[in-house]
Amino acid sequence: MAKREVQEVNAGSMADIAFLLLIFFLVTTTMDTDTGIATLLPPPVEEEPEDTPPVKERNVFTVLINSQNQLLVEGKPMEIRDLTEAAKEFIVNPLDDENLPEKNTKEVEFFGTVEIGKGIISLQNDRDTEYQTYLMVQNELQRAINELRDDLSKKKFGKLYGELEKEEQKAVRTIYPRKISEAEPKNIGGK
Amino acid sequence: MAKFRKKKSGGQQAINTASLPDIVFMLLFFFMVSTTMKEVDLNVIVKPAQATELVKLEKKELVTFIYVGIPAKKYQSLYGSEPRIQLNDQFSTVADIQSYIAQSRDNMSEANQSKMIVSIKADKECPMGIITDIKQALRKAAALKLNYSAAELMQDR
Repeated sequence: MAKREVQEVNAGSMADIAFLLLIFFLVTTTMDTDTGIATLLPPPVEEEPEDTPPVKERNVFTVLINSQNQLLVEGKPMEIRDLTEAAKEFIVNPLDDENLPEKNTKEVEFFGTVEIGKGIISLQNDRDTEYQTYLMVQNELQRAINELRDDLSKKKFGKLYGELEKEEQKAVRTIYPRKISEAEPKNIGGK
Repeated sequence: MAKFRKKKSGGQQAINTASLPDIVFMLLFFFMVSTTMKEVDLNVIVKPAQATELVKLEKKELVTFIYVGIPAKKYQSLYGSEPRIQLNDQFSTVADIQSYIAQSRDNMSEANQSKMIVSIKADKECPMGIITDIKQALRKAAALKLNYSAAELMQDR
């Protein structure tokens, strides 16, 4: 048989096919990855338990948001940008102030015996509060906790909280837990 | 003069397009890797709220979305202009959330069911009342891991 030359496959339409696929993906997909603020809801309660131990006034950091998107923190009006510092001071209580939370001593891995504040942040909002304001408040409180955790991690391990090992993160989390309680909804100063 | 003129081939030379498929494929792969599939068409207008302390929702199979916002223009005659809830592809009420959660939980594998995350994508101007109702419904449905969807806020402090 005569030796035939190998015919080359015509790749001229390859570009068209690829373009078609490209346009399909452009249309059906979105660029943004989903991000958000993570929270944990409290489990449902059947009825109001009557014998819950009362929480001392000094251990609660009350944040109220009204329908005009204004903040009332511990009975005083406050701007959102000041909230982080106030929350940090409340959680740490560096000077053992009598009006700021009590502390428990507890054995924590890596750290030994440490004092852990008993403070709880209580957040309450009106039905007409704007979502963005509510989220900003959540954000500032989360930021306070994140910054404290980062500071502690830096001091102890020389790394940011996000870069620590699982066990180390857990220890840091024990010292600065995320204790934000959201009250059962009610109308504050309703219409 | 004419004697030395080189013989020119008529017409313009075609550009070599052999590498065009490679370039387009490269683009294609870039888009395939960096984007995600759209799951539902939004019937409500959601202008995302902004925040800084964000967590990424990495495992898509764990996440169930609830959209809240004002109905899109073409639905406003039917559903009004008050913020509404959208589950899957349709407008719903707070009462539907429980069955919606149960349904999406059934669609998950057994191991993932306890790790289920609900993401609320709400318009930033939407009042908290409707969100509070959703939160209460989620508590009843025992879907406690919640994520308030928000975009990155650029700011200097």
